[in-house]
Amino acid sequence: MVLNMGPQHPSTHGVLRLLIELDGEIITKCQPDIGFLHTGIEKEFEVKNYQQAVTLTDRVDYLAPLSNNLGWCLAVEKLLGLEIPPQAQWMRVMLAEFTRLNSHLVWLGTHAIDIGAMSVFLYCFREREEILRIFEMFSGQRMMTSYFRIGGLALEPPRGWYHRVKKFIDVFPSRVDEYENLLTANPIWIGRTKGIGYISLEDMLDLGVTGPMLRAAGLKIDTRKDKPYTSYEKFDFDVPTRTENDVFARYQVRIEEMRQSAKIIRQAMEGMPSGPWKAADEHVVLPDREKMKTQMEALIYHFKIVTEGFRVPEGEVYQVIESPRGELAYYVVSDGTTSPYRVHMRTPSFGNLQATSKMVEGILIADVIASIGSMDFVLGDTDR
Amino acid sequence: MLPDSLGEHATAAAVENFDSDALTGGKFDRGELTLEIAAGQLIPVLRFLKDNQEFVRLSSVTAVDRYPAEPRFEVVYHLHSITKNERLRLKCRISGADPVIESATVVWRSANWYEREVFDLFGIRFLNHPDLRRIMMPDDWEGHPLRKDYPVTGYRV
Repeated sequence: MVLNMGPQHPSTHGVLRLLIELDGEIITKCQPDIGFLHTGIEKEFEVKNYQQAVTLTDRVDYLAPLSNNLGWCLAVEKLLGLEIPPQAQWMRVMLAEFTRLNSHLVWLGTHAIDIGAMSVFLYCFREREEILRIFEMFSGQRMMTSYFRIGGLALEPPRGWYHRVKKFIDVFPSRVDEYENLLTANPIWIGRTKGIGYISLEDMLDLGVTGPMLRAAGLKIDTRKDKPYTSYEKFDFDVPTRTENDVFARYQVRIEEMRQSAKIIRQAMEGMPSGPWKAADEHVVLPDREKMKTQMEALIYHFKIVTEGFRVPEGEVYQVIESPRGELAYYVVSDGTTSPYRVHMRTPSFGNLQATSKMVEGILIADVIASIGSMDFVLGDTDR
Repeated sequence: MLPDSLGEHATAAAVENFDSDALTGGKFDRGELTLEIAAGQLIPVLRFLKDNQEFVRLSSVTAVDRYPAEPRFEVVYHLHSITKNERLRLKCRISGADPVIESATVVWRSANWYEREVFDLFGIRFLNHPDLRRIMMPDDWEGHPLRKDYPVTGYRV
């Protein structure tokens, strides 16, 4: 029998279509069909200037907007050879980790609801709501933040952010305990996730899988440790791994990552350096309002940057960061003008989703939901 | 031929030793190594890098359209070695008249979707690809949107 699952299936989290061939309840063949959310973002980059393009990156992975902002900004800053002041870097680390929490919370809530644990969803979204409020406090936006800009941050960190973040981070570890109380020893949860969704490490590497899925198979790989960017090397955290390589192990890895992210946020908050929050390059970064009222040059630079954008030297870079879902890379080719010549996003969901067939072929149809849920993909991120 | 400036890069030297005809150029810029490979010798070089140089992961395959220059397309491969903690970019230049190149799916299965995406958006054909269909655009779509001569906005006439 051929079963058409999706594109409007509630547990495909977007518009994924799976063409499943069944023999009784066993899956003999599974063919994912993607592209329903293709929006041509890579083409759009070519007609935007570099700073405008920040707003496009939010819309790629709408559950981790700041990770995408970060990847893009780092890539362009690498082309420019721009030095970012410490406060901006630490702010970036802190907010990127908040993004990881945000993304993992949505994943945990929806994954649990797919499997049937209704209440976890409500608990997760309680904390996620507070994270979105923190994003709103910083950027004025809950989801499409665009808070990281080339050269630093979009706005000065808001007054009172410290207390807001502290209040959240003081209670958050106990909230993770709550999720674990609901799930980790829950016999139904264990029954639905342990030993399910196995795929060998060799297959995953061959098929382009990255992120928590590899870590749940025992491979200690994390770009934040391997090639630290935006001063991650100054933070003390662990990369959690498991060896069971099933849905339950991936759940454990992500739970532990949430604890580690909270630890990083606390370090960033407590050790936040003072000083400027944007780079000192007047060709790239908009001048302060005060200077524009008193200095002719500042006004000219402002006019030039806003109307024309800034020129980026010729070259190409491949900037890799660790997004909540895995390896996110921005390949940017510059031809020396104010718009990128070509931008390619190597998104983690696209790579991870390729392993779907391998993972679900030969298992029961009832386990498909748990298996694909454990991949944590976002279709916006897949189709771009 | 290996440019002199790349002499101290072990990977570049290894590829040069493996097949000096295949290596047509390269550069080391902003901490990233790029090697240009003749399109005909791509598959043996990829296999060599995977089996002998520990580049076990293919991170991405994409393309750049240099329209109206010729050769028009650059097919770009990003490789990743976990054990050496190193990344490598390979580039093949192919002509715009009949853009075709060997598929890397025989070396990495992950090349399957990456190459389908390049086929869909650039119109580059991959020989011996097991399933070369459009992946992003509808099956009956005309044209290849990421080509430089494809407009960003407008109506179909």
